[in-house]
Amino acid sequence: MDLLEYQGKQLFARHGVPVPAGKPAKTVDEAVAAAEEIGYPCVVKAQVQIGGRGKAGGIKVANNRDEATEHATNIIGMDIRGFTVHEVWIEAASDIAAEYYASIIFDRSAKAPLFMLSTQGGMDIEEVAERDPKALVRLHVDPLLGYQDFHGRRLAYEAGVDADVVRPLGALLGKLYDAFVAEDATLMEVNPLIVTGDRKVMALDAKVTLDENAAFRHPDHAALRDTAVEDPQEQMARERGLTYVKLDGNIGILGNGAGLVMSTLDVVKYAGGEPANFLDAGGGAKAEEITSAVEVILSNDKVTAVLFNIFGGITRCDEVARGLIEAFASIKPTVPFVVRLDGTNDQEGRALLEEAALPNVHVEQTMNGAAERVVALAGS
Amino acid sequence: MAILVTNDTKLCVSGITGREGTFHAMNNRRYGTNVVSGVTPGKGGQDVEGVPVFDTFAAAVAETGANTAMVFVPPRFAADSILEAAEAGIEVIIAITEGIPAHDELRVYNHLKQAHPGTRLVGPNCPGILSPGKANVGIIPASFFSEGNVGVVSRSGTLTYQIGNELAQRGFGNSSIVGIGGDPVPGTSFIDVLELFEADDETELIVMSGEIGGSAEEEAADYIAEHVTKPVVAYIAGFTAPPGKTMGHAGAIVSGTAGTAAAKKEALEARGVRVGQTPTEVAELAAEIAGSLAKS
Repeated sequence: MDLLEYQGKQLFARHGVPVPAGKPAKTVDEAVAAAEEIGYPCVVKAQVQIGGRGKAGGIKVANNRDEATEHATNIIGMDIRGFTVHEVWIEAASDIAAEYYASIIFDRSAKAPLFMLSTQGGMDIEEVAERDPKALVRLHVDPLLGYQDFHGRRLAYEAGVDADVVRPLGALLGKLYDAFVAEDATLMEVNPLIVTGDRKVMALDAKVTLDENAAFRHPDHAALRDTAVEDPQEQMARERGLTYVKLDGNIGILGNGAGLVMSTLDVVKYAGGEPANFLDAGGGAKAEEITSAVEVILSNDKVTAVLFNIFGGITRCDEVARGLIEAFASIKPTVPFVVRLDGTNDQEGRALLEEAALPNVHVEQTMNGAAERVVALAGS
Repeated sequence: MAILVTNDTKLCVSGITGREGTFHAMNNRRYGTNVVSGVTPGKGGQDVEGVPVFDTFAAAVAETGANTAMVFVPPRFAADSILEAAEAGIEVIIAITEGIPAHDELRVYNHLKQAHPGTRLVGPNCPGILSPGKANVGIIPASFFSEGNVGVVSRSGTLTYQIGNELAQRGFGNSSIVGIGGDPVPGTSFIDVLELFEADDETELIVMSGEIGGSAEEEAADYIAEHVTKPVVAYIAGFTAPPGKTMGHAGAIVSGTAGTAAAKKEALEARGVRVGQTPTEVAELAAEIAGSLAKS
């Protein structure tokens, strides 16, 4: 789960990572009240999960009440590369002497958290890394040992930060690491991490990704979910406990197991079709879960045909067939379905479908055959 | 021979008294797996259809000589159960549990590496290991597979069944089928399993099924080039997956150009591993290679 900038900063602040004072606002009135409280100059920042906010006019400095009103009016409701701005963050303007970059990522390959630090912050870090690989210093932390002061010194000296901020920067990185572990984050990126005119270090931006598998020990994380930007089908699927990802095409897909569903998307694409979604019904799906999944798939009105690709292990094909039959009884789909059932109880499943004689449901034997059939039925 | 799970396996099931745990433990026993014990704290002294239940792994190992564990407990208890099994001296731990927090997996992986280098963790979030004709530990539907010379290693469960079934239809059986799981920090990597298959007499051909995300397939490609003499055929799922979206498995996410299916295919082919575009094509490639092995 990705956090908005201000959510990330509030999380940083709770763990002692210095951030500028600020307040979130959803309306112009709230924004102006926040600006008055924080004082001028302050910055009005659009809160959307996409880069390039500044270039799009989503970050503006206000020197007085009139400017705060003007910027908040322009930014709230603004569209930034397809994302509507529902919230702004009003923040005290910072006196910037230097812009650094710092991040911690969950390095799967090394099986350890990885710190990256650069004195060339405030710009696209991937460009920096490409142009001058030595400008981005990397260091792994043994997760059993945790962050030690020497990690901070080594990163700071190797990156070549100003000598007077080596210690405060090391302390900031330590707090960042505490937050990374305590909050079960998989990414924390600060770009820029600034040095102010009076030589303080501070996180001026925050990009945070939290591990949803750890939600059980963080009841407060649920409130951070930005439902305003969530796709309606994805939201519906999440509420029903289904793994669903919306795609751009017109062929609805349901399968069991993430790998098989990914493979199904590929095979449909090779057959000339465009999948409308990824939907993993999971292991051991029961009839009502299948019915529920069909509802989610069909709630996307771009869908012109649906493919079921099931290889039953702990999932039983007869349960899948029953779910489809129930779905037809309750929602009466108008689009064609292609169904491929293999594995546990596949014969029973196929027999149930034959008996039910559902309108416009086509049973196929193989994965490739099913993909070709659904592409032909879907049209373009 | 087979790998990891064999006739010598003595299985202890963590979470044996739960609904799923009981179902699959009994399913594994019916297949012929030697299920010697189970662990559920607070239920020591009970039994599940004749399998004795202990409060701790230490007691289960001491009393029943268990050498292999299957972990079937909910995500919040799973890391603890894996560590307990390792501490009790279990050699092979197979973690089926899906949804373990990534930081827990990190701590478990690094602790096992440092304190229990002889312990092998397979999974989490994996379907288990099946060595046809010998033992089945996990949730792989055994009826689709027979004994043979093709070793299969995969990040995905159902995709393994799909590929295995396509191989079976062409007359191939398997030495072992190993699901390493789709999580970001798998206890066992492709490389670990490739090493075991390379050393296993029964295995003559290896099928490796990967998917988008991470760099495990690329690392495996380098390993194959240097250390594997047996033919390897690979499949990668997710050629058409859009970047930045998690595709079900926590590990299956493409960031930038890293971890794409195309990059993985290229890395494998550059090192002489043939890559099928679909499960059917993988089975065809395997059949072709096995055919030429039979002739030589």
